[in-house]
Amino acid sequence: MSTKKTAVVCFLVVAVVLLLLYTLVALRIIDEYTSQVLTVAGINVIIALGLNLISGFTGQLALGHAGFMAVGAYTTAALVMKLNVPIFPAMLGGALMAALFGFLIGLPTLRLRGDYLAIVTLGFGEIIRVVMINLPKLTGGPAGLKGIPTFTTNFFWRPVLSFAMVYFTLALVVVFLSNLLKSSHGKAIISIREDEIAANAMGINVFYYKIFAFTLSAFIGGLGGALYAPFFGYLSPNMFNFQKSVEFLIIVVLGGMGNLTGTVLAGIGLTYLQEILRFLKDYRLVIYPVILIIVMIFQPSGVMGLFGNREFSLTAIINKLIGKSPNREKSADKAGEV
Amino acid sequence: MTVLKTENISIQFGGLMAVSNLSLEVNQGELVGLIGPNGAGKTTIFNMLTGVYKPTNGRILIKDRNDRLQDIGRLHPYQITALGMARTFQNIRLFKNLTVLDNVRIANHLNVEYNTIEAVLRLPRYEREEKRIKEQSMELLRIFNIEQKSDELAKNLPYGEQRKLEIVRALATRLHILLLDEPAAGMNPQETLELMDLIKYIRDRFKLTILLIEHDMKLVMGICQRIFVLDYGRLIARGTPEEIAHNPLVIKAYLGKEMENDA
Repeated sequence: MSTKKTAVVCFLVVAVVLLLLYTLVALRIIDEYTSQVLTVAGINVIIALGLNLISGFTGQLALGHAGFMAVGAYTTAALVMKLNVPIFPAMLGGALMAALFGFLIGLPTLRLRGDYLAIVTLGFGEIIRVVMINLPKLTGGPAGLKGIPTFTTNFFWRPVLSFAMVYFTLALVVVFLSNLLKSSHGKAIISIREDEIAANAMGINVFYYKIFAFTLSAFIGGLGGALYAPFFGYLSPNMFNFQKSVEFLIIVVLGGMGNLTGTVLAGIGLTYLQEILRFLKDYRLVIYPVILIIVMIFQPSGVMGLFGNREFSLTAIINKLIGKSPNREKSADKAGEV
Repeated sequence: MTVLKTENISIQFGGLMAVSNLSLEVNQGELVGLIGPNGAGKTTIFNMLTGVYKPTNGRILIKDRNDRLQDIGRLHPYQITALGMARTFQNIRLFKNLTVLDNVRIANHLNVEYNTIEAVLRLPRYEREEKRIKEQSMELLRIFNIEQKSDELAKNLPYGEQRKLEIVRALATRLHILLLDEPAAGMNPQETLELMDLIKYIRDRFKLTILLIEHDMKLVMGICQRIFVLDYGRLIARGTPEEIAHNPLVIKAYLGKEMENDA
């Protein structure tokens, strides 16, 4: 089977899986509560994937992705509510605004080597939160922003559409990142994590690729926020506190730095865990760090480290099914797992 | 024709003059050695040539792909690599957690002809280019006889092969000037002999100009056509291996002691 045919089959499998999930949600076989949790999980995964790009693949620690999420969410809400922009362009606007912030933060900090990005993004996340609290006209202030138009007002279709939007976007992000990271440009990004000096000596414009990765990472973070606003219909600055940024980082670390499959699994798993542990009230916030500590001690490379840090690959599975020897070099579209 | 030239370069770290007033030139196709006792400033010179350090004074000129000498004073390391000069590192700097093949592929980055969008959408040019790069990378690995390890992680290679991979990676940038920083460090005599043949072979095959730093006198005396000797950041001698071996200054500074130790 040619690469092209395999790609088509991959595409079809992903489409069928997504449509099946949508149908299950629409028929309420996946009940509304579960689909809500899955939608939140999907958004968390999207943002964590963005964070993984800069922290896991580029090797630059960032601690402010809740900030980018906030920028994406509030920009989307403002565009829809104040300027009457239709929802989809508004979401794109939100993500682009987050990307712009990422670019501006990266410009001075990514020239430096080391943990400066972590410190600056940490500050950025807090600044955004405080600014949102103090801009009541635009954001509703500390009381939050109510009445953000949702994807649809129809009671029946609302959870389906939110779920569909989030998982469609997630599939796009996964395919985009997985294809990017397999290309020479993606390898250039990874080589920065491995050895910045050597990467530079091999002809890679390290600064450009750091900025590129960070801007894209912020864009994906903003996209998560842009999905969040119309899904939830309500935003409050305190949703985007430091705790939230750390949550994304825990997803990335738990799944395995530099592994997309791990982020998807850990994102869904951890979001679920948080729901299951609701009866523990505030103590459940202790569980996250405890899990993190356990993972750091016994499995520092994350969940996917158990599997040799390999990525889930739909292409490999298809090739195996049709009896072709697995070829690791072929395109490995892994969107099917969503 | 001169392909690499430094004009009175000096570099100062605080109060320390690491290299002072160094002028040297390397001609097309030459295999030139740079030797000197530890701390003489050899690696510092490499770092200046490749743009990691900027000389405090003086100019560095290298031949670009259009056969013109270019001042590299303001260029970043990746831009200098783009002109056609690449290096290996004394303390191996491979991309450890990537496969051997990926290490070589990354070095191909400069001559990849597709953009990000083509890569993400898997357009035909992406597939074509990836295929070409893979074939070329495997070809290079074959020359160094490590092609059967292309899927292994770089960190899992034995030491000698890691050194070889560093050279392969530098070659993949399509260079015409190769800087080797102690390529034989840590190799046993047999491996060193093989390496000498290999260096001569790649020079002829890829029409390279090679400048190398080395402590292994057998290697330097065996393959270098000319040698520059450095001591305390100054050039104390230059010439053919025989001239260097008999130069009293060199013997005093360096070789004499070394030979007594050997004997």
